[in-house]
Amino acid sequence: MATGKPYPPAGSGIRVRPWQDYSSVRPRFRLFCKSLEIFTRSHGVWKLQGSYDSDVSIPNYPDLTVHNNWMSRCLTGDIYKKLKDKKTQSGYTLDGCIQTGVDNPGHPFIMTVGAVAGDEESYKTFADMFDPIISGRHGGYGKDAKHKTDLTFENLRGGDNLDPNYVLSSRVRTGRSIRGLALPPWCNRAERRDVEKILKEALATFDGEFSGKYYPLKGMTEQEQQQLIDDHFLFDKPVSPLLTCAGMARDWPDARGIWHNDDKTFLVWINEEDHTRVISMEKGGNMRRVFQRFCTGLKKVEDVIKSKGYEFMWNPHLGYILTCPSNLGTGLRAGVHVKLPNVSKHPDFDHFLEQLRLQKRGTGGVDTAATGGTFDISNADRLGMSEVELVQKVVDGVECSLTWRRPWKQVCLFVCLLKAMEAGKDVYTVWPKAYPDLTKHNNWMAKCLTPQMYHSLVNKKTDSGYTLDECIQTGVDNP
Amino acid sequence: MSAFFVRNARTLAAAGGVGVAAASAWYYGNQTVDARVGGARKMYPPRTCTRCLWTSAPLAVAFMLGFLTSSVHQRYSCTLRAADNVPMKPVRKRYPPSADYPDLKKHNNIMASNLTPKIYAKLRDKATPAGYTLDQCIQTGVDNPGHPFIKTVGMVAGDEESYEVFAELFDAVIDERHGGYGPNDKHPTDLDWTKIRGGNFDDKYVLSSRVRTGRSIRGLSLPPACTRAERREVERVVSDALANLAGEFEGKYYPLNNMTDDEQQQLIDDHFLFDKPVSPLLTCAGMARDWPDGRGIWHNAQKNFLVWVNEEDHTRVISMEKGGNMARVFQRFCSGLKEVENQINNKGWEFMWNEHLGYILTCPSNLGTGLRAGVHVKIPRVSKDPRFENILKALRLQKRGTGGVDTAAVGGTFDISNADRLGNSEVQLVQIVIDGVDLLVRMEKELERGRSIDKLIPKGDGRGL
Repeated sequence: MATGKPYPPAGSGIRVRPWQDYSSVRPRFRLFCKSLEIFTRSHGVWKLQGSYDSDVSIPNYPDLTVHNNWMSRCLTGDIYKKLKDKKTQSGYTLDGCIQTGVDNPGHPFIMTVGAVAGDEESYKTFADMFDPIISGRHGGYGKDAKHKTDLTFENLRGGDNLDPNYVLSSRVRTGRSIRGLALPPWCNRAERRDVEKILKEALATFDGEFSGKYYPLKGMTEQEQQQLIDDHFLFDKPVSPLLTCAGMARDWPDARGIWHNDDKTFLVWINEEDHTRVISMEKGGNMRRVFQRFCTGLKKVEDVIKSKGYEFMWNPHLGYILTCPSNLGTGLRAGVHVKLPNVSKHPDFDHFLEQLRLQKRGTGGVDTAATGGTFDISNADRLGMSEVELVQKVVDGVECSLTWRRPWKQVCLFVCLLKAMEAGKDVYTVWPKAYPDLTKHNNWMAKCLTPQMYHSLVNKKTDSGYTLDECIQTGVDNP
Repeated sequence: MSAFFVRNARTLAAAGGVGVAAASAWYYGNQTVDARVGGARKMYPPRTCTRCLWTSAPLAVAFMLGFLTSSVHQRYSCTLRAADNVPMKPVRKRYPPSADYPDLKKHNNIMASNLTPKIYAKLRDKATPAGYTLDQCIQTGVDNPGHPFIKTVGMVAGDEESYEVFAELFDAVIDERHGGYGPNDKHPTDLDWTKIRGGNFDDKYVLSSRVRTGRSIRGLSLPPACTRAERREVERVVSDALANLAGEFEGKYYPLNNMTDDEQQQLIDDHFLFDKPVSPLLTCAGMARDWPDGRGIWHNAQKNFLVWVNEEDHTRVISMEKGGNMARVFQRFCSGLKEVENQINNKGWEFMWNEHLGYILTCPSNLGTGLRAGVHVKIPRVSKDPRFENILKALRLQKRGTGGVDTAAVGGTFDISNADRLGNSEVQLVQIVIDGVDLLVRMEKELERGRSIDKLIPKGDGRGL
């Protein structure tokens, strides 16, 4: 079909992969030429990348006009042009990172991130795009900011008796990635199997509270499957296009599995959305014990894999590295299933949650809406605060405490508000006042001001607007 | 002056090399950061190789010479540049092919039947010039073990070169899918519609006739692998060519991402509109990426000639009309294709074609002609005959539901089309369909009159033409 003219046609403005015609070459040499051409891995530079002369249009830039995710907000033409030819060492490209965001313009309930990392290096190679996305998603995070990791469960205050009349269950989850292996959007089968092998062997060494069993998804018996479904442990092949478009469902169910301890309170998912997801949960409101088990278990896993020469992906800027930028830092989601049928109907409910850095979900997970007034309340942040701080926020958000001086005083106020709303009282008789914690105080105000007296006076004002709180502030601040 | 350099070349080179070595070692050594683990200096993962970064060729040469001739043989560990306390970047581990071989025990597709560990080991590390790999070819087959109605192919091509680079696997798959086709066989291409005999069916039985094929633009990657820029280029080339057609082929292009509600409704009513693929066979191969960017539909004013752009292939060309005049449908099909080809040739582009595999398309099942000539025919009585499957097989035909390949038939109305694509020319395949449907309609009429069809049952596999 040779037309005698050069192919591809000139003047198309686009650099197209040239077609090599070997028909004029001797047959044996032809094979050599072809082989040479074929074996030259040119890292995709022969693909259509666009006109290098024009600054105005970038032919490969995605059409993001109807999109509303963090990637579409942050990926300008300039950034795209700068990063489009870069690759990480394992071969991951910018197009790979953003595919899920291009294919999924928006989500009905949340502002999605729209980009994933294929390996640890992605966050560095494509930093020009990831830094603004991370900053936007995590409510401001500088390029040089440092993330603090704190898994000392003893630092948690309270949290062991969240009101069981309201709190149905408590759960803490995070993810960990094994350094040196590509992440689920990009890993090949061998790497995925390696992750499974490393973790399976590590978890098999546990005993006591943590002795348990591994159930690979492939080859699971019917009874095991049913049992895991009944326990609400089984995860299924992702159907959400956010995940499938990123390539996380490839080769399902190869090298995926679930490990849990005999008590069914500590659970590890392998190769689902991240290398591992570590979950500690139990019924009731003892978040403290859940967090303690969580930290102990994580430490055990880390110790064992280190003894084999492996590490978790971590760095001082981004904390623990996971696939989705929204899970960087701690990757921690500490949450409770709590019954709030009245509170949730209040028009300011979402605002209150935002003030407290909490988020709500349905009890089915991120893609569901709440049913029957039971919500999954968890921390909204992942990055910039340590694990202990985040769990503390959740604990405080559902527990009553009456200290003025603590930085989380707003939390206490919200708790009183919650209780008042649940009891059907009018919100504004309680908000934003709460009786201060005067247990350590030794002044005349502390001796005289009883809670009843406080509540009867707190809403009063002088003609110039001076309130009781302002009167006693000095006494509260100076025990 | 030059003599000094010549006489002392070796010493100078050695000194230069050692100097560069020392400087690099100091520089890179200082950049090696303690891993988070209790301050112990560790290589992560365990050291498997040493690598050096060159700053420039002359320095590199001097270093090499110095390194080789110097008495201090320093093996230093060189990490990739670590900045800001970021721990050492690990080198991606290389695995043997056996560790990467997919688990195909539960699979029933043609790729799974033919991909032995030996073939996989041989082809895994290869790539086409555009960078398409074997793992990408087979991903759809690994993710989709089987289909309820048909044995799927289980692999796709990302570009024209895939069929050559991964020939060992593709040849076996093509051979099985097309009922026997050797690596040296030649495929005949014949688009001369005047050779067709008959082709005018009884409208009472044949509700509509349709011929479709696909064409790919040479030089641009196929839908599983194309970048957005390539896809938009395909759209540009094809829509420019179609805009120049005249007469019965004068028409309009409707891009999917810029369609008004009225246009969309009209296309749905005409049964022209294609939607984002939901079949995992296609989505796992990456054909739904960046939807609806670069996709569109073109049709002529009479609505009997239609081109889909960037759906499952670069283009799908369809000629159809209500009723049983298959001959006219094929005539329009051939003239239309020729016109389009002339237009793109004028601009200097070509279709992907070669002597061995005919027209190159994404799925190996569509190689050769890529042609599916079919009718919607009402044969409730014949289809209930227990020998129906065998009749179709003997006639080299296949049945589908009227909704397409993933549907079952409803109310005795079937989509009957040619089963083959490769090895026979377009004219031959359409003739097969015409002769076969003629026979089925005659059988239906006989059964209506209460007569037996035993004498009409075809013998053998009907390959004799």
